[in-house]
Amino acid sequence: MSMTYSYYKNMQLNNIIFVYQGEVTADLVSSILQMIENKLEGEGEDRKVKKRVFNVMVECLQNVYHHLDALPPTDPNNPVKDKTALLMIGREEKDYYIITGNHILNDRIPELKARLDRINRATKEELKQLYQEVLTGSGFSEKGTAGLGIIDIARKSGQKLGYDFHPVNDRYSFFSLEARVSRIPEK
Amino acid sequence: MEALRIESTHKTPRVILDPENGIFEFSGRSIPEDSVGFYTPIFEWLDKYAQQPLPLTHVRFDLEYFNTSSSKNILEILKRLEAIHAAGHEVRVTWYYDEDDEDMEETGQDYQALLNLPIELSVKVQS
Repeated sequence: MSMTYSYYKNMQLNNIIFVYQGEVTADLVSSILQMIENKLEGEGEDRKVKKRVFNVMVECLQNVYHHLDALPPTDPNNPVKDKTALLMIGREEKDYYIITGNHILNDRIPELKARLDRINRATKEELKQLYQEVLTGSGFSEKGTAGLGIIDIARKSGQKLGYDFHPVNDRYSFFSLEARVSRIPEK
Repeated sequence: MEALRIESTHKTPRVILDPENGIFEFSGRSIPEDSVGFYTPIFEWLDKYAQQPLPLTHVRFDLEYFNTSSSKNILEILKRLEAIHAAGHEVRVTWYYDEDDEDMEETGQDYQALLNLPIELSVKVQS
C-alpha cells in the first residue's frame, strides 16, 4: 500500500484530473466523456473552453478506440491481449491536456509520424484546407473513421501536437499523443 | 411517404424529416462511435424523398457538437440535398451556431465552401 501516496502525489504534481489504464470499450469511452463533461460543467469553466476540451477529448478517445481494433490479437508478439490503453486528462494553469497511449504495429509508424509532422507544420489556413480535402476525399477507412480525427484535434487545439513512439519489441511500440487546449478564451 | 423521427440521446442528435411540410431538422450532438450505423437510415430516407421532393424544403442544422466521423455523414446529407436543389426543387439550409462558438461557425463555412447549396449561417438566439 505504500505506493498509494506516491501515486497520489505524482498525479497532483502533474495536475492530472483523470487517468485510466485498461481495456477501452465503447461504453467506457461514453462514461469517461460524460464524467469529464460533468466535471467541466461543475467547475464553471468558460463555455467555449469547455466545448473545445470536450471536442478534442471525443476525438482523442474515439481515435484510440478505433485504432486499437487494428492490432492483431493473435500475434504472439502482441504485448496486450485485449484493447488496453492509457487515457489521461490534466488541467494546468493555462491549458487542459489530453494524453492517450496505445500500442501500435511498428510498420504503421512511418506513415503516422509523417502525418503528424505534416499537421504540426501546417498553418491554421493549411489545416482548414487539409480538413476539407480529407472530408471530401477517399471515403471511410476500414474502421469507419474518417481519417479526419487528428486534423480536427490540431485545429481545435491550436497548438502543436506532442507525440512519442516508445519501442516495446520487434513488432510493437507504444504510441502516445498529447493535445492541449488553452484555458484562456481568445477574444 | 412517412416522416422519419429519431429522438436524441447523449450521443446522437434528434432528427425530424417531415415530407408533408418539407421541414427537416438535426439538433443536439452527434458523437457516436459508429456514425455510419446511425446515418444509413437517414440516407435511405433522403434517397426516397429525392424521387418526389416538395418544391421547397427547409433544413435546420442546430448542432452542439459532432465528431469527425459524423462530419462526413453530414456532408453526405448535404450532398443529397444539393442534388435535390440542382434538380430544381429549392432547398434552403440554415446552420445555427452559438454566438461564441467559432468552431461550429467555421464548420458551417467549410460546408458552404464545399457545396453548391444555399447554406445560411445563423447565430442561435440564446434561450
